[in-house]
Amino acid sequence: MPTKPKPVEGEKKVFMTGNEVVAWAAAAAGAECMYGYPITPQNEIMHYWTRLAPKFGLIFLQTEDELSAGFTMLGGVLAGRKSFTATAGPGNTLMQEPLSMAEMMRLPAVVVIQQRGGPSTGQVVYSQQEVTLTSLGGNGEGLRVVYSTSSHQDLYDYTIKAFNTAWRYRFPTFLLGDGYQGKMREPVVMYDPEVRGVELVPAEPYVGRPGTPGVDRPPAHLRNAYSIEEELYEAVMELVREYEKVAPEIVEHEAFGVDGARVVAVAHGVVFRAVKGVVRELRQQGVPVGYFRPITLRPFPADALRRVAATGVRLLVVESAYGQLARLVKEALSGLPAEVHGLYKPGVLVGQGEIATRIKTLVQGG
Amino acid sequence: MQIQPAMPRSWRPETKPHKFCPGCGHGIVLKALGEAIDELEIQDRVVFGCDIGCSLLSWDFFNVDTVQTHHGRTTPVMVGMKRANPELIVVAYMGDGGGYAIGTQHLVNAATRNDRITVILVNNTQYGMTGGQMAPTTLPGQKTETTPFGRDPELTGYPIQGPEMVASITRDGAYVARGTVARPRQLKEFIKRALQNQMAGRGFSFVEALSTCPTNWRTNAEDTWKFIEKEMTRYFKVGEVKVPPELARGKGEREDG
Repeated sequence: MPTKPKPVEGEKKVFMTGNEVVAWAAAAAGAECMYGYPITPQNEIMHYWTRLAPKFGLIFLQTEDELSAGFTMLGGVLAGRKSFTATAGPGNTLMQEPLSMAEMMRLPAVVVIQQRGGPSTGQVVYSQQEVTLTSLGGNGEGLRVVYSTSSHQDLYDYTIKAFNTAWRYRFPTFLLGDGYQGKMREPVVMYDPEVRGVELVPAEPYVGRPGTPGVDRPPAHLRNAYSIEEELYEAVMELVREYEKVAPEIVEHEAFGVDGARVVAVAHGVVFRAVKGVVRELRQQGVPVGYFRPITLRPFPADALRRVAATGVRLLVVESAYGQLARLVKEALSGLPAEVHGLYKPGVLVGQGEIATRIKTLVQGG
Repeated sequence: MQIQPAMPRSWRPETKPHKFCPGCGHGIVLKALGEAIDELEIQDRVVFGCDIGCSLLSWDFFNVDTVQTHHGRTTPVMVGMKRANPELIVVAYMGDGGGYAIGTQHLVNAATRNDRITVILVNNTQYGMTGGQMAPTTLPGQKTETTPFGRDPELTGYPIQGPEMVASITRDGAYVARGTVARPRQLKEFIKRALQNQMAGRGFSFVEALSTCPTNWRTNAEDTWKFIEKEMTRYFKVGEVKVPPELARGKGEREDG
C-alpha cells in the first residue's frame, strides 16, 4: 500500500491566516475527519480542509447544524479516526451537547473555537466571551482540556498538541482562539511533527475491532445513561479522579517578572499579546510589574497562580469579556487575601495605553 | 431441566430477560433485527446505535458493538461513524420522538444526503420513557399525558407520515418501509432488506416499526392488539414504500393493513 503523502514535510515558514494554520496543523497532526457547520469567524478552517482533503485522503462532511457536526465527529472518533470540528458563539452553545457525551464517555473529540461576540448572535468578529462556556459548559463537571492560544505559532503547535492530549488522556479537548486570530495573517513555522520529535499518539477504534463480539471478544457496550444515582455517582467520581490525576501533566502557563512585582497582569489569548508588550516595556522603565498567562484554562494553573499571589501582589485581570477569566482566577485564589482587579472590555480588544494606565495606577496604590 | 426460549444468535443471553415492560413491542423489533443479523451473518460488522427514550434500554441487548447516544442524535453519530469507516454496517435505533421530533433535522438531512446507514424507528404513538406524552405520531383523539382530552388535530396536527416523508426526499437507491410488530416475519424481511441495501452501498435505508405500549396506552392484551392492528393502521399503512429496482421484490409487497 502506498503511504499517504504528508501534509507538511520538514519545516517551512509561511504567512497565512489563523484559520488556514489550524487546517494545516490538524492535517499534520494526523486528523482524518472534519465534520463542520458554517459559522463566522471559523469558516476558513473548513474551506482549507476541503481543499486539502483530496490530496491527503481526508474526510469532510458539512452537516445540518452544530449538533450534527459534534455528533458526527463523535461517530468518527468511535470508528477510530482522529476527528474534529470548529465553531463559535451560538454554535459553541449547541456544541456543548455532543461534548457532554464526549466527557461522559471519554471520547477524544477535538473542537476549535474561534470566539465571537455574545450573548446571543452578538457580533461575528471577536471576543473572549466563550471562556466560561468552553471551560465549564454542558450538564457536567467541565472535565475537558481547554488550550487558549495567543499567536499563529500557538495555533499550529497547540492544534497538534490538542489531538495528542485528547487521544492520550481521552478527555475532549478544545483549542480556544478568537476571530482576530482566525482572520489575521502572520508568520508561522509549519513543521512535520516527527521532524521536531513530537510523537503523534495513535487513534484506536472503540467499535468494529477484529472478531465477532460475544464469540471472540466481549462486545463494546458504550453508554452514557445510568439507572440510579449511586451508579452515576461512581461513574462521575471515576472520571473526576482520572481527570485530577492527569491534570498536572496537562496544565500549562507562562509568567514573567512576577518576583518582586507589585502588580501582576493576568491575561490569555490575543489580549495576552497586548499585556506582554506593556509589561515588558514598563519593566524596562523600572515599574515593578509582571504577567501571568494561563495557557490551559481547563485545567487551570491554580497552583502556579497561587504561588504568585501569595507574595502579596495586586492582580489585574485583563480580558475581552466581563470577568470570565477573572472568575477562574478568583476560584483558583480562593482563601488567599489577594486583591483581584479587572479591566473588562467585553467583545473589544484592550488597548496597550489603557492597560499601562491601569497598571501604573495600581502600582501607585490607587 | 430449564429450556431457554429460542433467541437469535446475535442476542446477548446474559442480558435476558430484557428490560422492556410486559407487552412492549421493542423486544419483537429487536428480535427481528437479531434474526436479520444472523441470517446475513454480519454480527462482526454491525454497530448498533441506540437513542434516548425506551430504545436506550437496548444498549446491552446484542452481542454486537453498541453505542448509546443522546435523544435524537443517534442518526448523526452513525453517519459520522459510517463515513469514517464504510466497512461497518451501522444501525440507528430510535423512537418516534427521537426521529420525528427532536432529531428530525438529522433524519431529513441524512436521507437527503442518501447516507448509507440503516435507521429503524419504533412508532408507538407517544413518548414511553417519560410517561406517555404526545408524540408527532399520536393519533387524533388519542389521550396522552399532554393531551388528556385527546389529541386535537386543529391544535397539534395529524400524525406524521414518516416513511412517506423519507421516501419523498430520497433519491433512487433508498429503501423505505413500514412494518409492524403484529407481523414479525414481514418486519424481519423489511429490516433484512434495509441492511442488505446498506451493504450494497445503494443508499439510505429506513424502516418504521409500528409497536405496542400497553403501559402508557393503559390497554389490556386484547385492546393493545386492537389498537396496533386496527387503529394505528388507519393512519400508518404497512408495507414497502420505496424499493430500489436492484432489490428484487419479494415477500415485502405492500400489504395495506
